[in-house]
Amino acid sequence: MAYSEKVLDHFQNPKNVGTLDKSKKNVGTGLVGAPECGDVMRLQIEVDEASGIITDAKFKTFGCGSAIASSSLATEWLKGKSIDEALTIDNMDIVEELALPPVKIHCSVLAEDAIKSAILDYRKKNGIEAEAETVNNHA
Amino acid sequence: METKRLIYLDNNATTPVDPRVVDTMLPYFYDKPGNAASRSHPFGWIAEEAVDYAREQVANLISADPKEIIFTSGATESDNLGLKGVFEMYASKGNHIITTRTEHKAVLDTCQKLEKSGGQVTYLEVGPDGLISLEDLKAAITDKTILVCIMWANNETGVIQPMKEIGDICAAKGVLFMSDATQAVGKIPVNPRETGVHIMAFTSHKMYGPKGVGALYVSRKNPRVKVTAQMDGGGHERGMRSGTLNVPGIVGFGKAAEIAKAEMAADAARLSKLRDKLEAGLCQLEETYVNGNKDHRMPHVTNISFKHVEGEGLMMTFNKNIAVSSGSACTSASLEPSYVLVSMGLGDDLAHSSIRFSLGRFTTEEDVDFAVEAVSKGVNHMRDLSPIWEMYKEGIDLNSVVWSAH
Repeated sequence: MAYSEKVLDHFQNPKNVGTLDKSKKNVGTGLVGAPECGDVMRLQIEVDEASGIITDAKFKTFGCGSAIASSSLATEWLKGKSIDEALTIDNMDIVEELALPPVKIHCSVLAEDAIKSAILDYRKKNGIEAEAETVNNHA
Repeated sequence: METKRLIYLDNNATTPVDPRVVDTMLPYFYDKPGNAASRSHPFGWIAEEAVDYAREQVANLISADPKEIIFTSGATESDNLGLKGVFEMYASKGNHIITTRTEHKAVLDTCQKLEKSGGQVTYLEVGPDGLISLEDLKAAITDKTILVCIMWANNETGVIQPMKEIGDICAAKGVLFMSDATQAVGKIPVNPRETGVHIMAFTSHKMYGPKGVGALYVSRKNPRVKVTAQMDGGGHERGMRSGTLNVPGIVGFGKAAEIAKAEMAADAARLSKLRDKLEAGLCQLEETYVNGNKDHRMPHVTNISFKHVEGEGLMMTFNKNIAVSSGSACTSASLEPSYVLVSMGLGDDLAHSSIRFSLGRFTTEEDVDFAVEAVSKGVNHMRDLSPIWEMYKEGIDLNSVVWSAH
């Protein structure tokens, strides 16, 4: 199966690989997927508490090229966005941007889950429950 | 990875055609275009003679009688003909077939189809090393059993089943023994008569011959086995497989068999050394496991799991330079890992982390050295990206983590 240029670029030069200090109050961590399913994504955001803007995002992903590209792209999109804006990122935006084939759509779903899960974690840590959406777990 | 090298380590998928085979085939496309079934002119006679010669070459490779070779379009057709042909021919004797969980899909899917037509199939489990238990086999045979079908060597792991022992059990119980020997013929000595195999499927394109031609060995004496044709037409191949013979393909298959017979021992000795070198090089990496019984396997294959790295992603790090195949198929929502490895008791995580390396006649030591370096680099890169590798390194027990299934 041929991958799109954009997937290859993110795979070969992944953006924002790394780990943020999850003990910090303004860091939200999302860990989604499972090793036996063949993909696990960990996505972290660091939020400026005064403005509610995401100042940094990092990821590590165990998975195929599309999973790695989806998470790399997600971290790029998250930086500079407010939490509310970040919640509007839809998996189909990722599919479109990376030209993922139908068999790889689950990779984008996982990335959306990871974003929502990281935001939820940040909100829980900071006692912000109000608009907390429930994360779809696509069971 | 700046180099433009392209290294082929996927010889279990298919082998390149040996140039000597190509040369032998070429005249049969234009200069000698006859139909081997045309009895009335020299074009037909020449084609028939060429097919007869190739049939001898192929029979010779497996120490069989040329009359025991039925040419087909490949191993999948041979597996279908053997299984369905026996099921129909011996329907009055019983309807029970015994096979294994780790067969190729050509056998498993055919067995499933037979189950829908009233067949009963027992799928033997394999141990962690990929081998079946002879006791399980003995216990599974009933008075309704007509056929035991067990592959000679596994395509994913290279594990070789105890064929002679299985043959003895089948002989003692009086049931037919069939084998899918696709990965074994031409690479290791295979002698169905001595082994007690009565029906055997194999193909040309795994032994440096062309694609689109294979064979089914059907024993002609002690016992004389018959299979019901699955393709009706002109009654070719002693009525067991109709259809105009693929003369250039068969000529190539014959030549490939002749070369394999002459060079098998030397190829196997050289390749097992290279394979061992590849394996030793890659096993320098932490948390790396060889899958399958190392004492009973093909000389040119190794299947390795690189823990906490996903196989398809890993392949992407080097697949511009090195062709291999992965036990992880990340191509569907269900993400199914290799059923062969899962049948051996590997966790899904290790099955998703596996890569099969299959060397061949044209693999060089330089190729192996290059592969060790490139694959090691890829594994390290993927581990740097892997959250579960990080967790493992921090000493977190991954089994204690509550994963969100999706």
